[in-house]
Amino acid sequence: VSEQGKKTAGWSAALVVVAVVSLVPVLWIVMLSLKTPASVTDGAFIPHHWTLSNYDDIFKAGVFTSALRNSIGIALIATTLAVILAAAAAYAIARLDFPGKGAILAVSLAVAMFPQISLVGPLYNLWRQVGLYDSWPGLIIPYMTFALPLSIYTLSAFFREIPWELEQAAQVDGATPFQAFTKVIAPLATPGIVTTFIIVFIICWNDFIFAISLTSTSTAQTVPAAIAQFPGLSQFTVPIGDIAAAAVVVTVPVMVLVLLFQRRIVAGLTAGAVKG
Amino acid sequence: MSTVAAPTPTAAARPKKRLTDRTRAERRFAATLVGPAVIVMILVTAYPIIDAFVLSLQRADLRFPSANKFVGLSNYGHVLSAPVWWQDVLHTAIITVISVGVQLVLGMLLALAMHRAIVARGALRAIALIPYGIVAVVAAYSWQYAWGLNSGWIPKLLGLSSDPLSHQFGTYVAIIVTEIWKNTPFMALLLLAGLALVPDELHEAARVDGATAWQRFWKITVPLMKPAILVALLFRTLDAFRIFDTIFIFNQGAQGTESISMLNYSTLLNRLNLGLGSAVSVLLFMLVALIAFVFIKGFGAGAAPGGEK
Repeated sequence: VSEQGKKTAGWSAALVVVAVVSLVPVLWIVMLSLKTPASVTDGAFIPHHWTLSNYDDIFKAGVFTSALRNSIGIALIATTLAVILAAAAAYAIARLDFPGKGAILAVSLAVAMFPQISLVGPLYNLWRQVGLYDSWPGLIIPYMTFALPLSIYTLSAFFREIPWELEQAAQVDGATPFQAFTKVIAPLATPGIVTTFIIVFIICWNDFIFAISLTSTSTAQTVPAAIAQFPGLSQFTVPIGDIAAAAVVVTVPVMVLVLLFQRRIVAGLTAGAVKG
Repeated sequence: MSTVAAPTPTAAARPKKRLTDRTRAERRFAATLVGPAVIVMILVTAYPIIDAFVLSLQRADLRFPSANKFVGLSNYGHVLSAPVWWQDVLHTAIITVISVGVQLVLGMLLALAMHRAIVARGALRAIALIPYGIVAVVAAYSWQYAWGLNSGWIPKLLGLSSDPLSHQFGTYVAIIVTEIWKNTPFMALLLLAGLALVPDELHEAARVDGATAWQRFWKITVPLMKPAILVALLFRTLDAFRIFDTIFIFNQGAQGTESISMLNYSTLLNRLNLGLGSAVSVLLFMLVALIAFVFIKGFGAGAAPGGEK
């Protein structure tokens, strides 16, 4: 076997190991979701009887569909707000000369390291007083806040790479400032913004601690919190099949994002880590 | 992060007086752009943590609102003299140290693979990212059912006759495995960022001089990556120390696996004792700040992560 052939075989083996380790828990939850209630605790990896009834169940019950709607709405709004605020800040950090950049970094870093549970008590108390408990804004506000540090790091790393001279060059060539921005700068900035949006969306989509603490009904409960409180048929049965089906549904969007935008996510997270 | 932090030398050296109109306008514009993000971050974190501190000095039990009163530091006395607090600190420390340690080793291997792979690098990166993207609650359920004696494939695979989740050791293993599976990809990405800064020429030169791959890793890669490794460890340690989701889903802290965050949650929202719960919140906040301080001052993490020192 040639040296090259050995190397290829070695890397292929590494790929297989990574794939098995990464995918088995995902496949397992998919398999659980396809088992019948009678066989869900048989411990077999592959179902003996396949069924889609668990998916039927969760989409018929209102709890899950409203949770899905809440998850999508809350994550999209929180992500959009965070990216807008962070883009403005990152533009200033990357392009303008002003004192206090260090302080902004310090604040962001402190927020990134903050134990979220420490906010739960005060927010729970405050939200109940001002009527934000169990509401969309009640989750959007903490999500947006905790998404800001990473968004600022990632976006300022991206913005620093943009050749801003092009803007002036375009203006010299006769473009208006607006044209220079929309035709030259915006296309260059878009990949960084899209990447940040995806990463932040995943973070908001995944949250559990605020969702379980600051919501109580289908008004604002997101999927992770709803799954954790799925009612069983009786007090003593855990609706494993329903939980698994809901888990699969909530996982699909992230899987699609990760697989489609793998290159960008890696670039965004590493850029933020190194240069942010 | 250094580049965001450090004002450029010219800016620092410039005399303070005589700001030109242009400079002043630039600063005003910068403040307008940066202001909203900074205000949001401060309002939503600083105000509640101050509020938590104020609450922690009071008897504030939502079940007995009329009994509210200022009690000084007595809530802290209650928490710090309770064995459950120290046990939970220990549980949290055990889970943090083991899971972050294993993540560092596996994450480094994964980062090296992502960096050097010659076959299907895109596929490798995409697949490795999946655990990072998965909702933490979903990951916890998948592993919990996998370990359960009656539902899972792991006891069968290992030939276990008793339920691993019915005793402390088995539950720890299951929780730590879940944490490692979920978080190793992010650790790998943080390390990959550092790996990208190690020049290939150094490796080439060392190879020519006869250094083995093992020697090159320890003498070239690791020293050059040290800042990235410290930052990765800092982020992962702080995150692991806040562990909540996995334990909540597994057993809400039964079998002696309750973490500080879990204790905090149950004091606040199950017992509705805001005063005592807030004292736990403030103590956890101080522990996290202490860990960050030790990393940043003691090891120099965060001061200059990345190459642009």
